[in-house]
Amino acid sequence: MKPVHNILLKTPTGIEGLDEITGGGFPLGRPVLICGSAGSGKTILAIQFLMKGITEHDEPGVFMSFEESAVDLAKNAGSLGFDLETSIAQKKLKIDYVRLERSEIQETGEYDLEGLFIRLNHAIDSIGAKRVVLDTIESLFSGLNNTAILRSEIRRLFQWLREKGVTTIITGERGETTLTRQGLEEYVSDCVILLDFRVIEQIATRRLRIVKYRGSTHGTNEYPFLIDENGVSVLPITSLKLTHTTSAEIISTGLPGLDDLFEGGGYYRGTCTLITGSAGTAKTILAAYFALGSCKRKEKVLYFSFEESPDQLIRNMASINLDLKPYIKSKLLFIHSSRPSLHGLEMHLLSLHKYIQEFKPDTVIIDPISSLITIGSRGEVSAMLARLMDILKMHQINALFTSLTHERPANYNSSTEEAISSLVDTWVQLRNKESKRVRVRNLYIEKSRGMGHSNEIKDFTVTDEGINILNANTPAIQSKDSAGKTGVLSENGSNYKS
Amino acid sequence: MEENWELWLYVAGQTPKSILALENIKKYSKEHLKEKYTIEVIDLLKSPQLAETDEIFAIPTLVRKLPKPLRKIIGDLSNKEKVLIGLNIRPIVIADGK
Repeated sequence: MKPVHNILLKTPTGIEGLDEITGGGFPLGRPVLICGSAGSGKTILAIQFLMKGITEHDEPGVFMSFEESAVDLAKNAGSLGFDLETSIAQKKLKIDYVRLERSEIQETGEYDLEGLFIRLNHAIDSIGAKRVVLDTIESLFSGLNNTAILRSEIRRLFQWLREKGVTTIITGERGETTLTRQGLEEYVSDCVILLDFRVIEQIATRRLRIVKYRGSTHGTNEYPFLIDENGVSVLPITSLKLTHTTSAEIISTGLPGLDDLFEGGGYYRGTCTLITGSAGTAKTILAAYFALGSCKRKEKVLYFSFEESPDQLIRNMASINLDLKPYIKSKLLFIHSSRPSLHGLEMHLLSLHKYIQEFKPDTVIIDPISSLITIGSRGEVSAMLARLMDILKMHQINALFTSLTHERPANYNSSTEEAISSLVDTWVQLRNKESKRVRVRNLYIEKSRGMGHSNEIKDFTVTDEGINILNANTPAIQSKDSAGKTGVLSENGSNYKS
Repeated sequence: MEENWELWLYVAGQTPKSILALENIKKYSKEHLKEKYTIEVIDLLKSPQLAETDEIFAIPTLVRKLPKPLRKIIGDLSNKEKVLIGLNIRPIVIADGK
């Protein structure tokens, strides 16, 4: 046995992603200060810490509220799926509402907060609590006048909590120049977390940052977090390393003609593929092939569509004989459509992450990733893409991104390509060209990591039967398909504008 | 002042502040409430559950149980005027009539 070092013990936070940033959770038996402005999610995070402690680690908890009554708390927590009443009935949770009404209290002479200590101590001991929340102790300052007494008593309270050995969340309202209005951060030096709620370009984003964590390494970035019907979750992707395992298995793109261009007859499992092209170059059709290829292997596909609704996508693909319906029925394919402008970039990433975790797909398609990019600044975009790829690679998911590019160099949107192309493993470029008054598309492989590939530029047409890759140097006009609709289909294979 | 006064003093053991508070309220009561009062001392160290039910957080706390409505005064009660006003024994005197 190695000698045991004096390592700081930690306790799981119960907040998805936060344990990863904090390297294992909150400091066991110590106070943690969570500060943020009104509505930044402090109370919710605190409730989740207690409730997850109860349900997942069998650690009873005490919630001492200075702001909301037990009834209000239970109501609010209920909307996030936490059933406080049951836990209270099972003697796993104790809520104590400390009501402070300035008009009802007269102060004269010296006093201390021993009553609060006794109250808290009794609550902790009555259920054997391991976790405590004080939300928010600064309310004392608005209820009482003698700040000198309050300060020394709060300092004593934190020390007492440490001796008691309970892991405590103390919430504090953000001050103008300090982290909390009353400077609580001076008293809690173990772990300080800042929550932030910002609106940038009319899109609201919540962020979390660990300001201080004594005796522990931690992520230093601002991490986006989400509050939804399942509570709080944080996305810690930037803390991940390039340690994912790689697969040597080669799988089909779903389009045999395209597979042939790769030396291995397909692409490596768990890699990222990018399809770029201007409008109407059949990116979505290629993505649908990709999806079907996965479905035929009985592998689940999660298709994020940012331009079309599921029905629209299914109908358009059906028009070129790509039938997605059976796979939706057999639950191998799930199409999720949403507007890019619905959320900020980080929120999109978070929701992608959540869908991926819930659905556990083998293949993820994002069509098109360029519409996400329009809502973020360049720095944000590349950070987000790196995070996204990390999630996908970590889960060994085959990924396909489509990206819209412009053909004219003048307004060529190169930032998209620069940001993505260095991260992807395979890059297929699609182009439009005109040939004898007929539009023909062509494709070529720009890069393919770890695998040889054809350097040919292949012409292809979109027909009623799908994509038809032509032999090199064969003029498209000569290879008219049965329906005679060569190359006149609009984007997504529908020959009518939707 | 016809009604009976019921005063509860919440303490946590025999601390100097609590002893002082008790002495003070005894003195004020004797002077202003004649025979019509009772003072009960509640030691939260012995009955900690009362801290929550009676909404006590500061020590010492004096609670006027009767007459209604309930009133609370925290501290060692060293300021007599404040205590008498707080308990509504004496109305706020604007002019120095006495």
